[in-house]
Amino acid sequence: MFEQFKTRAEGVSAEVHRFTTEAEALAFLVGFLRTEGVADAPGQYAVFADCPFLQGIDRQQLKEVGGLWLEVTRERAAGAKVGISQMDWALADTGTLVQDASAVDKRLVSSLPIIHVALIATSGLRPDMPTWLSEARPDTAGYLAMITGPSRTADIERVLTIGVHGPERLVIVFVDQMGGTN
Amino acid sequence: MEQDFKQSIDRALNNANLTGALGKFSEAYKINRAKAYEGIDFEELRSTIATVKGYAASHLEELTRQFKEKAEAKGAKVFCTKDPAQVREYILKVARDAGVKSIVKSKSMATEEIHLNAYLEKAGIEVGETDLGEWIIQLAGQTPSHMVMPAIHMTKEEVSDLFSKEIDERLSSDIPRLVKVARNELRPKFLKADMGISGGNIACAETGSIVLVTNEGNARLVTSLPKIHIALVGIEKLVAHFSDIAPILKALPRSATAQLLTSYVSIITGPTPNTDGSMKDLHIILMDNRRSEMAADPIFKEAMQCIRCASCLNVCPIFRLVGGHVFGKVYTGGIGTILTAWYDELKSSEDIQGLCIQCGACKDVCPAKIDIPALIMEIRRRLVQKQGVPMLQKSIYAVVNNRRLFHGMLRAASIAGKPFSKGTKFIRHLPMFLADLTDGRSLPAIAVKPFRDVFKTIDQPKNLKEKAVFYGGCLIDFAYPEMGEALVKILNKAGIEVLFPEGQTCCGAPARYNGAYEVAAQNAEDNIQALLAEKADYVVSACPTCTVALDHEFIATFESLDRKKYLPQARELAAKTIDFSTLVKKLVDEGRLSFKEGQHLGKITYHDSCHLKRTLHADQPPRQLLQKAGYELSEMFECDICCGMGGSYSLKLPEISAPILQRKLKNIKDTGAPIVAMDCPGCVMQIRGGMDQLAGGAPVRVQHTVELLAAQLKS
Repeated sequence: MFEQFKTRAEGVSAEVHRFTTEAEALAFLVGFLRTEGVADAPGQYAVFADCPFLQGIDRQQLKEVGGLWLEVTRERAAGAKVGISQMDWALADTGTLVQDASAVDKRLVSSLPIIHVALIATSGLRPDMPTWLSEARPDTAGYLAMITGPSRTADIERVLTIGVHGPERLVIVFVDQMGGTN
Repeated sequence: MEQDFKQSIDRALNNANLTGALGKFSEAYKINRAKAYEGIDFEELRSTIATVKGYAASHLEELTRQFKEKAEAKGAKVFCTKDPAQVREYILKVARDAGVKSIVKSKSMATEEIHLNAYLEKAGIEVGETDLGEWIIQLAGQTPSHMVMPAIHMTKEEVSDLFSKEIDERLSSDIPRLVKVARNELRPKFLKADMGISGGNIACAETGSIVLVTNEGNARLVTSLPKIHIALVGIEKLVAHFSDIAPILKALPRSATAQLLTSYVSIITGPTPNTDGSMKDLHIILMDNRRSEMAADPIFKEAMQCIRCASCLNVCPIFRLVGGHVFGKVYTGGIGTILTAWYDELKSSEDIQGLCIQCGACKDVCPAKIDIPALIMEIRRRLVQKQGVPMLQKSIYAVVNNRRLFHGMLRAASIAGKPFSKGTKFIRHLPMFLADLTDGRSLPAIAVKPFRDVFKTIDQPKNLKEKAVFYGGCLIDFAYPEMGEALVKILNKAGIEVLFPEGQTCCGAPARYNGAYEVAAQNAEDNIQALLAEKADYVVSACPTCTVALDHEFIATFESLDRKKYLPQARELAAKTIDFSTLVKKLVDEGRLSFKEGQHLGKITYHDSCHLKRTLHADQPPRQLLQKAGYELSEMFECDICCGMGGSYSLKLPEISAPILQRKLKNIKDTGAPIVAMDCPGCVMQIRGGMDQLAGGAPVRVQHTVELLAAQLKS
């Protein structure tokens, strides 16, 4: 399923990575934020929506990244270059990530910044949407969000252009051994 | 037709940007759509959608009630109304009560339908469209020309002019740069807006959820940043079960934009917290606006299955020439014509229904299994029922139905046109107001002797065991009797005697396609009596439109008019009716007919006639037969796109018919084949006439399959 997901997601311009442990994923993340020049300046922040991943890791490493905020406000999200959140499911046949996004900070970090980094437990993979729909609980999750690739438009002369109102990059990070539930 | 309607067509046809953009898009769409549906059983999927949506359409009250109950239990406020005025008032009241100064909107056709923006702006509220295409047309002060791609009619240069004016800075027409400008301009609007208004692609009664499908991400911002969210949803978007979402989300993006899924799908069930910790003020408006009347109509109920993918626009040979604005209202294209007739009024569709050439391309791709051409025909029928048949048309039918008179008149016209036919088989120019008919296409000269007289002189072998009644149709009878002769020759060879009942008359298609069902019903009765009077094994026709009339439409016409008297005979006739190529294929397969052996006849290309391919599904037999006879088949680009003939369509809208024909001629020429075959004498008339006037290059022979095959029979 992972391979199918990767093919589909890359087919819609998402970037897909996979790590065995949370520590490896964290190391990637810290390196990524540094490469992207995340800093304590408007337009250069990173915002990280609360999630189980944050509970299981050594936060000290994150604290060393200047301009990374774990308390998400709309102002910080609007001024962020990178937004990070954890997703709940991944649908292999379309390369789609799915999240219970009832908490608004999860939506802020995945819609306002230029880059969205999406963490996902490999165990969250499902073959397709019907399978996921049978598990979904709209009665307890008021805002279920599906994301398939970065924001796109073809409204001018049908030319595909990435990054309109949402992120222009979607970086997906699978973690095989991810603890906790989102 | 209204003069300004004709003018709007002319404007569109002369807009090279428009026809260029739409033409390119329609070509790419076809390929990309097919790719997106790879590995999916489309027929099964669309049957599921038709079932799900059909169920909802027949349980509207129940589902509306259930949706309201469920959504309200989750904390949403649900307002149900039949009246667009009440929708506008409700939204304004919510806005006023909360002191709303600015609103951001994601794409919603329902708000366009009720002209919400103008109403709110008049009340002093700032309304910003945020979908890029919608924003462009808002800045341009226009209406959407396409349901999914509202600004498809505009060039990047036009967009750059609009944006330059808006931000007061001279911009280049670099598209990524223009998109960035939109992002930067709209971002502050999102952040300061007090209210967000969205539409809804699906409303699920079981859970009280609405589903929003977008690519740009604007709907996520519209529903997340402002403290108030109002979703305006037409009740045709209701489905019963949460699981019903899956088939719709499988088809909608694939059919709309050839994507497996759009970038964003949001399922909203009740309010969620705002960024300041308060709860969202969520309002869902379920709007009727004549939808329940549509659902209660036994025929138009089918249109409630529409999922608004706009694929009927994307494959339409007319839409790609004229675009959406000639439709004059919010909804455009095939389905738009039907929605306009209901949401607006029947009268509003009077001109635009005439744009449909009845080629059936949209019916083939509709993911909701809506027979759009049939519903447009029903609009025609109801318009005629209401307003009567125009005098001119009436007198035409009177002539057409009198075979001797009709031939006599055509022949007289043909002789009168002699100076123009220059001794060839064509009428190339007609004087004065008739000139349009020969603009880009020559008309066939009328045969000296109609087939009905030629037939009597054919000496058929005696004692053949089977009998087939031949239904000629107008064109073979009066213009192309040689096609009839070829058919007799082939069937005789297979041991079938051909009968040609004199009482046969026009198949009624011209009347039916113009909504004159009473005339069509009379044609049907006359033909049934004539064709069933002879005991025969088959009723065969070499015109697919006539075949469809005999095979399907006599029954449909009687049913529409609730005339039961001839229904059993109509069914008997339908059971015996077969198109020429399918019959011949069968005879060849049975070993009763064979072609000369070892023939190498060179390259040929084949044009699919609309009715043969999309109604009779008989596109393969002629190809197989031609190859068996020794031709090497070389398929043309867009072989199954209409040639622009469409019966009287080419007479009513020659300005649209002509460019469709030119495209077809080019596609034929590009194959390099010296012959193009087809199974419809109407297509022969159109394409042969077009080839005759085409300048440059070697002429391509245009032939009915029947003549080509008759020449290759083993003696």
